[in-house]
Amino acid sequence: MAHRIIIDPVTRIEGHAKISIHMNDDGSVVDAEFHVVEFRGFEKFCEGRPLSEMPGITPRICGICPVSHLLASAKAGDDILAVQIPTPSDKLRRLMNLGQIIQSHALSFFHLSAPDFLGGWDTPPEQRNVFGLAARHPELARAGIRLRQFGQEVIEVLGGRKIHPAWAVPGGVRNCLTTDGQKRLKAWIPEAFATTQLALNLFKDILEKNSSELLLFGNFPSLFMGLVGPDGEWEHHGGKLRFKDSQGKIIADQLDPRRYAEWICEASNPNSYLKSPYFHRLGIEAGMYRVGPLARLNVCDSMGMPKADAELRQFKQLGVGAVTSSFLYHHARLIEILAAVEFIQAYLDDPDVFSNRLRADAGINNLHGVGASEAPRGTLFHDYTVDEDGILQKVNMIIATGQNNLAMNQTVKQIASHYLHGKEIPEPMLNRIEHGIRCYDPCLSCSTHAIGQMPLRIELLGPMGQVLNEVTRG
Amino acid sequence: MAAKTLTINGRQISAAEGSTVLKAAEEAGVEIPSLCHLDGVYDVGACRLCLVEVKGASRLLPACTTVISEGMEVQTGTERLIKYRRMTLELLFAERNHVCSVCVADGHCELQTLAYSLGMDHVRFDYLFPKWDVDNTHSLFGMDHNRCILCTRCVRVCWHIEGAGTKNVSGRGGQSKIITDLNAAWGKSDSCTSCGKCVQSCPTGALFYKGSTVGEMVRDRSKLEFIVNAREKKLWVYQD
Repeated sequence: MAHRIIIDPVTRIEGHAKISIHMNDDGSVVDAEFHVVEFRGFEKFCEGRPLSEMPGITPRICGICPVSHLLASAKAGDDILAVQIPTPSDKLRRLMNLGQIIQSHALSFFHLSAPDFLGGWDTPPEQRNVFGLAARHPELARAGIRLRQFGQEVIEVLGGRKIHPAWAVPGGVRNCLTTDGQKRLKAWIPEAFATTQLALNLFKDILEKNSSELLLFGNFPSLFMGLVGPDGEWEHHGGKLRFKDSQGKIIADQLDPRRYAEWICEASNPNSYLKSPYFHRLGIEAGMYRVGPLARLNVCDSMGMPKADAELRQFKQLGVGAVTSSFLYHHARLIEILAAVEFIQAYLDDPDVFSNRLRADAGINNLHGVGASEAPRGTLFHDYTVDEDGILQKVNMIIATGQNNLAMNQTVKQIASHYLHGKEIPEPMLNRIEHGIRCYDPCLSCSTHAIGQMPLRIELLGPMGQVLNEVTRG
Repeated sequence: MAAKTLTINGRQISAAEGSTVLKAAEEAGVEIPSLCHLDGVYDVGACRLCLVEVKGASRLLPACTTVISEGMEVQTGTERLIKYRRMTLELLFAERNHVCSVCVADGHCELQTLAYSLGMDHVRFDYLFPKWDVDNTHSLFGMDHNRCILCTRCVRVCWHIEGAGTKNVSGRGGQSKIITDLNAAWGKSDSCTSCGKCVQSCPTGALFYKGSTVGEMVRDRSKLEFIVNAREKKLWVYQD
């Protein structure tokens, strides 16, 4: 008899989700869906607020990547003020974003994902967490936690607090780096390099042992999207959009992110609060694209820093044209951390980051503005419409995790088809399906602007939608 | 000027005739919480946070509008007063939409400071979540009615320090609202001189400099005091 498996809630991701797996009579997988089941409504209740408050309100969507919202929001504000922000502000915003990338990627890699591939896929669930990792690899776990701390300290040194700093504003930023702050951050650099290199070496070692994960965890053709610089270099805060396909062919380049709506369509799904964006020109099937570390490394031609460039060259060998396995999001994350540490090191010696020319002052000069920035999980868009007095009339946010929605569905289907036969849901299979989602490091609080804990439920459903089996983890 | 002798919390003090209990207490180093009182303008007893117990009085009296008398026995921190103060404060929070974490006055707000000092860790009343607008029409200042506690400091500084009479109160009860002129948009006001005294006087984040973000509204009340002292006492120097 045909049935459907539901995993609800999915664990060790940011937010609350469930997975449904539709089964055929012969016990094979027909389809799989990743649902985001909560709703917060930030886009609605920001209406009526003054523009200047938006970089303070929108970071509250998320405690993991508040800086991404802060920066995208401030940029949308720049667009509405119609100003070009002072160069020091741009550099300082980039500095904070790099800190954000480090802390979020380190969390994803060391705390959430490494327990699976370093601890072993089939270890008991109670050991498959950061504590289990600390028991087996105490030095690595400690170094990973400290690497995250470094990222957070970059944010704190600039914004006064690790989480939710109201530091970037429409027109610039509120304060520059101090010499004390510079000293504090510089002290971290050697350790940050060492930890990143250690993790990179470890990950490359385990790649061989995880060849089936490499093949099965979201390994399929899709488009990739990310911001790139004018010469195709890796970008995380400025630049223009580039789409590449899985052969590595650039299908659209140097698109103004402010005109994202011309390239990206959003489809709604009755089963999820998470919308499914796709590349408009190719339709919802062929237009499926991935964002985030894997996509950014696929679309860019260089990292712009020597150590990271060497790693990028090796990374690009893992695919033909583009690297298509979502399991390699983990690898891409580490290379981005490496680039971030290199860029931070360079910014710390740049006299501009001590400048007090930080804030362009202007009134409401455009009634519509878009800010795009690379969040750790992918390209983030904030799209605001204001009235003549700067009061928000309409807010649209396109979130990285949402843009990976179609790819996450396909990943779950790919993994489930391989591991699942019949009505039973063995625990290691459950974990592998979850990990398929974890590769994307989805942030569901952001993507639906939703709130929640992170446990997991899988439901097995028959062709009529009847629940035949259910596994819950809380 | 003749002095009056009274006791506050059992301690004997003296203060000038005509002083309010609030003033006398302040001079004696006894702190009484208040939100609507502002040095330099007259008191109206609006916020009810400075309520004190006076022996012989059948009800609690606001310290800011009660004038001292000879032999008066005042209590400022009894259990009953703390209970009422806490309740008043909770009602202020429940009445409008106070969200400290994203407020322009976060960290510099008298309402927030008072809530901390009185240990207000939750509100026992249902929040009303009323729908109020933000008036962002003025070129320099904004007014967010969501954060207004109707203390009327802005109205008093506008009428009695600046003398413009732009700010007024319309409506009754919970529907009361600070308006400019005859309920015109602030940016369209004929009488407003854009002096900004109202912004300096506001205890919360209701009045702010346009463009302010979280925690950016730091007020400088010394300017108001300076003007009043200069005018009334001919003191043309800043007082620390």
